[in-house]
Amino acid sequence: MELADIAIKFGLIIIIFLISLVVAMYSTYAERKIAAFFQDRVGPNRAGPFGILQPLADGAKMFMKEEIIPTNATPFLFIVGPSLAILTACIGSAVIPWGQNLVVGGRTIPLQVTDINVGILYIFGVVSLGVYGVMIGGWASNNKYSLLGAIRAASQNISYEISMGLSIIALLMVTGTLSLGEIAQQQHGWHWNVLYQPVGFLLFMICAFAETNRTPFDLPECETELVGGYHTEYSSMKLGFYLFAEYINMFISSAVMATLYWGGYNYPGMDWVTAHTGPAIGPLIGTAVFFAKIFLFIFFFMWVRWTIPRFRYDQLMDLGWKILIPLAIANIVVTGIVITFFS
Amino acid sequence: MESLSNKKKQLVIKPPNFWERAYLPAIVHGLSITMSHFFKKPVTIQYPDEKREFSENYRGLHSLKRDENGAERCTACGLCALSCPAEAITMIAAERQKGEEHLYREEKYAAVYEINMLRCIFCGLCEEACPKEAIYLDGDIVQSDYLRKDFIYGKDKLVEPPLNQ
Amino acid sequence: MSTFYFIAFLSIFFSILVISAKNPVHSILYLILTFFTFTIQYILMNAQFLAIVNFIVYMGAILVLFLYTLMLINLNKESEPVKPFMVKIAAVFGGGILAVALISSLKSLGVSDPVVLKNPELGLVKNLGKVLFNEFLLPFEVSSVLLLSAMVGAVLLATKDPKEPKATI
Repeated sequence: MELADIAIKFGLIIIIFLISLVVAMYSTYAERKIAAFFQDRVGPNRAGPFGILQPLADGAKMFMKEEIIPTNATPFLFIVGPSLAILTACIGSAVIPWGQNLVVGGRTIPLQVTDINVGILYIFGVVSLGVYGVMIGGWASNNKYSLLGAIRAASQNISYEISMGLSIIALLMVTGTLSLGEIAQQQHGWHWNVLYQPVGFLLFMICAFAETNRTPFDLPECETELVGGYHTEYSSMKLGFYLFAEYINMFISSAVMATLYWGGYNYPGMDWVTAHTGPAIGPLIGTAVFFAKIFLFIFFFMWVRWTIPRFRYDQLMDLGWKILIPLAIANIVVTGIVITFFS
Repeated sequence: MESLSNKKKQLVIKPPNFWERAYLPAIVHGLSITMSHFFKKPVTIQYPDEKREFSENYRGLHSLKRDENGAERCTACGLCALSCPAEAITMIAAERQKGEEHLYREEKYAAVYEINMLRCIFCGLCEEACPKEAIYLDGDIVQSDYLRKDFIYGKDKLVEPPLNQ
Repeated sequence: MSTFYFIAFLSIFFSILVISAKNPVHSILYLILTFFTFTIQYILMNAQFLAIVNFIVYMGAILVLFLYTLMLINLNKESEPVKPFMVKIAAVFGGGILAVALISSLKSLGVSDPVVLKNPELGLVKNLGKVLFNEFLLPFEVSSVLLLSAMVGAVLLATKDPKEPKATI
């Protein structure tokens, strides 16, 4: 690899990292604003026009606050917890294809950091690792509420990972590859996977809600029962990291859903647009479409959060084990039958 | 027991049917309800910038009135303090000196007039008791403050500004 | 090659920490790190699928369950029973025998055959799938039946006796 390629790769990584951070930052603002609109309120509007500087003010507040490590906590693990949470949230974006190959001045630039041929499994692994941040933080706090939150997080994530994996298997039978780049390419134009796997998408989305600890599955941190759940003892930027990781996770899982089921950067009539705008602008329009899809999903996450109340714990487990897993297995069987007899 | 009003209703909880147990239709219905609220006008009144319109007979902060020449109407008769159910009003009377005719309408006036806003219940009885039409509860909401002593309003806050200003 | 030795050293180092750590939760965390070094070893051998499955199944699921159980039973240094001397001797003896058996079985295999060098693409998903479903189809299916029976057994153990009165909500 020559130096220019390395520089481009490095630049791409930095850009993606910055984009995911900025999107997560403004997701906090969007969440508060959207919540306000759903409840006939105004929302944050004091910092800057329409409150646009609110995330900066929140960030400054987080940094200025006193940093507290409880006396009976395990200090090292107490710090490792939030670090792990934000680390696993950030590395997920490495395999997501953000757009078609960009051609600028005779040089082809792939808009994907790395196209490993087990891309989906990598995402899956990173997601399953994310629970360690919560568990370690909750245990190291040496607080009953934190421990309960951590244990809830663990059992919830494991339960929903199974049906998530099963719903992905049905998708893999359709696509025949594990690489996210290839899956995105296969959905060229309007051949979006959601048309072939509607049930699979529904299952995947429900599991994504559970994996990101969003309402109606936010039992690990439910305020009404566990004070603050796993981050009860946290303050200052360590708390900020936990909250921030949730929003980055939401961004990444929206991107994964858009890539796997909603065609990624593809949109109807993209060939015509690319032919008319050239290979330097065309892919960027695709990327813009991709981001539009991601933002729609993030909006949907928030929409659901301010509509549906939290599940009770036994209802959560019932839903995971008695409804989602059988549905996912049935989905696999039906997909297999259709593939065997109709193609 | 026999129902007296004949409005008693026996509630029966039916087991949920298939559509209700399938969750999803109910969730979609809920989502549509919240979405309808998304486009409604916010009901918030952003207080210091905007103010809610008060009704005609709203009783707010007290003000001590002046007459048409700009002299204070209050004669420190003490009827307002007597009528006050919360005992929020105190005053010290003084005699008008020569050359102060333009300041005070009668020969006697209130040198100190204090209302404790933490005691006041804004009933308006002082307004009704006053024979000189000197006190009215026609002001704004009482401002918040940090110390209890700052809620005892003296004449500097209660007397309305002179006419010529 | 030096990367291999470094990672191998880390694996052994962390696995020693697993058995020497006083706090059971710490020892599980060291075990997670040990499995992570295994994942790196698989990647070094270009066995991407194995690496990622090791990552998901062992690090992401099984050890989470380990940690979960340990957190629930709340073991402390104080509550750990002091084992009698004879048990310790027996443990050392048993462990030694296991080590001897492992070493001798590895020795009988001969010098490690450099499989990776013959076909560097072997660890990729496509090739692995072909090997699993052609050459090793029978053992693969038999192991799936084994897992199924284990699952049925677990469900059987976990279900309550139907004669017992059902708990009312």
